[in-house]
Formats: sequence, structure tokens, C-alpha cells
Amino acid sequence: MTKLALSDEILMKITNPARYIGNEWNSVVKDKEQIKIRFVMCFPDVYEIGMSHLGIQILYDMFNRRDDVWCERVYSPWPDLHAILKEQKIPLFSLESQEPVKNADFLGITLQYEMCYTNVLQVLDLSQIPLLAKERTNEHPIVIGGGPCTYNPEPIADFFDLFYMGEGEVVYDDLLNLYQSMREAGSSREAFLLEAAKLPGIYVPSLYEVTYQEDGTIASFMPLNEEVSPTVQKQLVMDLAKAPYPEKPVVPFIKATQDRVVLEIQRGCIRGCRFCQAGMVYRPTREKEVGRLKELAVQMLKSTGHEEISLSSLSSSDYSQLEELVTYLVDEVGGKGVNISLPSLRIDAFSLDVMRKVQDVKKSSITFAPEAGSQRMRNVINKGLTEETILHGAALAFAGGWNKVKLYFMLGLPTETREDMQAIPALANEIAMLYYDTVPKDQRNGKCQITISTSFFVPKPFTPLQWARMYPPQEYISRAKVVSDAVKGQLNRKSIKYNWHEADVTVLEGILARGDRRVGQAILKVYEMGAIFDAWSEFFDYGKWQSAFAECGIDPDFYTMRERSLDEILPWDFIDTGVSKEFLKREWEQAMRESVTPNCRARCAGCGVKRFGGGVCYESQN
Amino acid sequence: MRAVVSSALEEVSVTKVRIKFRKYGVMKFIGHLDMMRYFQKAMRRAEIDIRYSEGFSPHQIMSFAAPLGVGITSDGEYLDIEVETSRSSQASVDALNQVMVEGVEVISYKKLPDHAKTAMSIVAAADYELSCKDGYEVPASCEAFQEALQQFFLQPQTVMITKQTKKSEKMIDLKQLVYNWHIQEQSGKPVFCMKLSTGSVDNLKPELVLDALYQSMGLTYDANAIQVHRCEVYTKTKQGFLTLDEMGEVIM
Repeated sequence: MTKLALSDEILMKITNPARYIGNEWNSVVKDKEQIKIRFVMCFPDVYEIGMSHLGIQILYDMFNRRDDVWCERVYSPWPDLHAILKEQKIPLFSLESQEPVKNADFLGITLQYEMCYTNVLQVLDLSQIPLLAKERTNEHPIVIGGGPCTYNPEPIADFFDLFYMGEGEVVYDDLLNLYQSMREAGSSREAFLLEAAKLPGIYVPSLYEVTYQEDGTIASFMPLNEEVSPTVQKQLVMDLAKAPYPEKPVVPFIKATQDRVVLEIQRGCIRGCRFCQAGMVYRPTREKEVGRLKELAVQMLKSTGHEEISLSSLSSSDYSQLEELVTYLVDEVGGKGVNISLPSLRIDAFSLDVMRKVQDVKKSSITFAPEAGSQRMRNVINKGLTEETILHGAALAFAGGWNKVKLYFMLGLPTETREDMQAIPALANEIAMLYYDTVPKDQRNGKCQITISTSFFVPKPFTPLQWARMYPPQEYISRAKVVSDAVKGQLNRKSIKYNWHEADVTVLEGILARGDRRVGQAILKVYEMGAIFDAWSEFFDYGKWQSAFAECGIDPDFYTMRERSLDEILPWDFIDTGVSKEFLKREWEQAMRESVTPNCRARCAGCGVKRFGGGVCYESQN
Repeated sequence: MRAVVSSALEEVSVTKVRIKFRKYGVMKFIGHLDMMRYFQKAMRRAEIDIRYSEGFSPHQIMSFAAPLGVGITSDGEYLDIEVETSRSSQASVDALNQVMVEGVEVISYKKLPDHAKTAMSIVAAADYELSCKDGYEVPASCEAFQEALQQFFLQPQTVMITKQTKKSEKMIDLKQLVYNWHIQEQSGKPVFCMKLSTGSVDNLKPELVLDALYQSMGLTYDANAIQVHRCEVYTKTKQGFLTLDEMGEVIM
């Protein structure tokens, strides 16, 4: 049996020791003597969050299919263990072998949200790996970043040896083979990084130089070596049917956030919402074959013993075989103690019928994400949902016995006016009125309960709104107050509840999302000041960040308060996602004209991804 | 007292089943509630035809005999389930062990009489062994502990100690709740073997008992130095203590 990295004494005094012992069902243990490459995959947040992430499960499975590779996992130690590891100088270890992460060949870190950046430094620090890539030697693992935040890797560029741009299924084999052959040839770390940079999709930050203009904007972004391409192309899987998918995902002992089988049904989204980064960078939409999905559902339930299965995609209602898949799951897989959990589907007769079969109508709620309250504002962000559609869906749901409605919106969108903000509670009030008008008193299950949640808009790279300005925290709060006051003035205020997001976190997320390389010093500084787990409100301390920015001479407003000009060189412009900058500019201008662009199935908007040669771009031509 | 072997082809009539398992190694860090979740998923993986409750969110009919604290290992853990149909005991044990992680081993799977009460409701006693962990020392010699055990526990008529509960503290008499207590010597270190009252009425934790002995010797009990191991769990009948699986029958 594996000897644990931590003593009984430590494990007995920390919370949830099960986070650190490995040994989970379907976790992979290999004979290290038979292995050529050790890869440690990290999600820089607590175990229960990290274990719920599908991407790591996919890569873990894919790597471990290779006989010469052993892929293991590591997550952020909770602050109680963090303190012990620091104090006793115990190196952070991977779960499977319980051996130090620093002994691995690669440390891959998935970057799912900006607020995990201090946790990236925590993992490096506890692993006793130098935080700065330039201080690492042949003795240290190659540190790779991947995931959505790599679409602007610049704020964390100093901490990574390389970034992988795009979907992991494509180039990793080549990267590992290159590593193995160069190691056998006795090549240096620098030589390997130079060769790696020539692979498609691989970005080695140390091989590029950035210069700045006097006003602080970027003057040039150029490779230091002429063998290295000035642009890095996003990788994506064009044949999802052949792509590996984990038939035996790891089953945690403790309850993870996602304690169920997750079935990915498609990648990408046809909708083209202008605020949504995933909707742009995962283009084109590619569906998985329904027969394969049915097989996977059965296999994965059997191999894990999970009691629940859920579908994953950016917009499940747009999956063309949804009805067939869901009917199969409900009829063939459901029952026998297996729950079907449906993602937020478009509310219509079909989805309500399915929901009635798999959920308790009295307890469940229906969800709409109009994202903006007024039609004008929805046109700006290209959210196709109309008030008529929402009211029609709500009427169907109320007639079916539902009385709980959740509504999601954003505040702080470009061009937003007071009227747009007030339209949010007005819409909620309309829905409440509809309930009281259409459901007779004797058929009501109490009051209707409408929950409005607003987050504050953060402009993200590679979206048509990437040039937009943000606002100071107090401005966000005052916009939330406009909504809150309007809710209180509504006729049906007793049926409406309003929640809003914190403003400080929004501003910081905005700085990190669109920052450049200079922001990295502040991330390092704030980590040295003790910041970790910024994604957790109980640990987030904006004051620390403000002092770190001040000490590094960084003006946060430069990154948030400016509306960027369309010809400015943006820190992420060197990445080629396939979606052209011309398309994004066109969409920005369309947004300013409050004009809607049809979805990919309705009419091609010429975004540029057609050159990948597949997906929705070629659907009607088959 | 051996379990009676029932006749074959009784598949449909089996409803109540008692499963005995071991918990060892790193699995001692998995708490009771997570062990329940673990077995729920394991039942599905092993395709045990377990019975579900009625209602909108059916759950498996499953109950554990006596929760085991985090850090404690065991050779005698029990859980009861109800099944719709069953394979033989041997086939079921094999199917379950195919889907166990290292650190959990299913030892037996036996049919209970239809009127049998759940293990949880009939637990009366458990055997424990408390030994010194590798890398630690106990603060006295085996002889000193033997002598102290005589003085503190074996000779007196009553041994009153204070038991802390969540809300209050109360005095209990160890003579009433400790059915057996002796010390074995292993590689020069003592192993404390005890049979203690267990269950919902008078549950006694072995650490409390050993702590009382240490206190009588003027020593400080260091929980980090001691590995607690549960050996077996019993119910009480007219014939005396019976292990919980002695009342089940092997399914052929």
C-alpha cells in the first residue's frame, strides 16, 4: 500500500484529510519503473472544486492511456494544510504516488478563472518550484498552463514555461514525444522550450519580447528568435467521435461539487453572445454523435456507480439530437436510483415535459438567463431571448405547476442606461403578474418566487466587447441599488428576491482578464503578502491587491477604465483563435448600433473559423 | 457456532443481507458518511440488486452497524442492506471485492431472517486493540501497565470516570461497561485489548478507557501515538455475545 506523504498526526488535525490521500476508485497507479514521463495535472483550487472539472478528467484519461506516461493529480491545499506544509517544509505531493510534485517531468495547471492566479503561485511555492520560469533549471518540472484563461496568458506569463492554446486532445502527444526524445539526447531545458515553441498551439512566453509606448499601451510584441512564429494558433478537435473520453472517471470519496457522471454533448455554441468568451473561442460548434453518447452514459454509470448523470455543453438546447438523447436517458438509464440532471434548457413544452419526469415540480425551479433587462440592451449583447419567449415559457411552466423562477442578468454592460437597469425588475414583475393572472387561486402552490441575480459584466479577450471600459466598484454598487430600489417599488415585490455580486472582485477580475505582462509583478507581490483562495469570499482581500498594485507602480484603472481604441495592440493579439479580429470589430460596431447578428445555423456571420474545416460551418452542406 | 447453510435457488426470497468488511490502510481517513456514499456507489458498480426506498428521490436501503471514527481501522465492520434478488454469498463477495479500493475488503455477505432487526439496533459490544504506532513510544513499560491495570481496573469493585458528552458530563462505572481488558506484549510494547459496551445506549470509546488508565498512572495520553483498531462487533443474546454475522446464513 502507498505510503502517505503526510503523517497521521497531520492528517488527523486538518479538515477533510480525504482530500490528500488519493486511492479513489478509478484513480490510476502505475509502476514508476516502467514509466518514462511523469505528468502532474493541477487544478489550483480546493479538491472538491478541482475534482469536478471535466477537462482534467479528459486529459488524465488520455495521458494514462499511454504506457510510457503516468499522469497524476494535485489540488490546492486548504489554508490549514498550507500553513503546515510551509512551516514543516513538506513539499507538495501528487495524490497517486504521494511523491513530491517537483520530481515530475511536467506540471500542468488548468486556468479556469482569473481569481485562481494566487493559487497557481501557492502550488508552485509549496511544490518548492521557483515561482519565476526564468529561475527554473533542468531539475524542475516544465510548468504548462492550459484552459480558458490562456486566451490572455500575459499577466501570468512569467510563471509558466509554456502555455497550451486550445483543446488538449490535439498536440499533447507530440509535445510529450518531443520531450522524451530530447531528454534522451541530453538536450537542455532551453533547447526543449525552443523546439516546443515550434509545435502548433504552444506558446513559450520567454521567447517573446513586449515593448510599450509612452502611454502604456503595447508598441510591439515579437518573438526573440526568428524560428518562432509571431502568432500561436489555437488547437481544436475536429473529429470529436474519435477523441478519447474518460469511460472510467475518478470517483472521489468526499462529495465533490460535481458528484455525478458528466456527459459532454457538444463543444462550442452557435449563439454568438457578444460578452461570452467561450462562445467565441470554442468555435465552431461541434456535436457528438448521439449513439456514442448513449453508450458512454451507460458505461460511465457502470464504471463509477454514480447516482446521477448530467449533460454538459454551452447551450444544450441547440444540440440537434437532444430530444433523442434525453428520451433515451429518461427511459433507459433513469429509474433504478439514477437521477437525470438537466442543464439549463430553453423552457418549452419538451423541456418542461422532461423536467416533470426527472424532478419534483414542487421543489424545482425554472431558469432564464436574459442577461439584460431591456430588449435594447439584449440587442447590444446579441442575446436572442425576447420578452415574449420568456413570458411564453413562464406561462407554460406555471400551467405545469412550477412557481419558482430564477432570472440571471448582468449590470455594467456597455451603453447601459438607468432604463436598462430598471427593465430588470420590470421583467420580474411581469412574470409575477403572469402567475397571478393565469393560475387560479385554488391551484396555486403558494406565492410565486422569483429570484433575480445580477453579476457585473467583465469584458473578456476575444469577445466583441473586449474593447469596452469598466467602472469603479462604487458605480457597480450604485447600479445594483437602482435595481434593488426598483424591485422595492414593484407591485409584486413580495414575490421577488434580488441578489447581486460583489463589486471589488469584478474589478480585479477585469484587471487580470485584460492585463499585460506587467501585471504579473503584482500577482507575485500579493501572493508574498499572503493572498490565496481569492475565489473564496472568506479569503478575498481587495485591500491586499490595492497595496500590491501600488507597490509595483501599476495603475489598475489603466486596465479597467479605458475604452480601448480599435487599433490598439492588445496583449492577446498574438493568439490566433480562428475568429478574426475583423469579425470581432464588426460585432463591436454592430453592438454599438444595437443590431443583432443571427446564430451560426441561421446564417454564417463569416467569423473565420470555417477554415478549420468542420462543425456547424459545414452542417447544411452534408 | 457456525452459520447454517441454506438451500439453493432461494434467490427471490432473500431480502435482508448483512455484509461484513475490513477497513484498513489509508481508508481509515474516510469518515462514516463518506463510507456510506462509497458503498452506495460500490453497490451499483457491483450490480448488487439492492432495494430502493419509494418516493421522488429513492435511496438505497442500507444501514451501518456502528459508525467508526476517523483514524480507526477495523476487521469487523457491518452494514445491512435489502435486496430484490441475490447471487450466492460467494459470488456477491467476489463482485463487491472487484470494485473495492485498496483498504476496504468485503469478508462476508449473508442472508438474514426476514424478521431480523438491523445491525444498528442490536449492537451491544465491540473488541478493540490499541497499539503504539511506528515511530512513537509509550511512556511506560509493559510491566508498569500490567501493574497499573490490576490496580486501576481489575481489582476494584467500581471504577468511576467522567464521560464528556456534547452537552454535559456524567460519571460512569467502567466495571459495568468494560467486559474484558487485558494487555498483550508485542515487540516489547503493550497492546491494550478490550471488549467495550457499544451502541446507542452505552457507547464507550476505547480512547477514553485508555486515557483513564494513563491518568491513574499520572501519564498524559497522546492520541497521536496510539492506533485504535476495532476487531469485531457483537450483539448480546441469551447465549452471550454473538458476532453480528453469526446470525446470518450463507447463500449457496
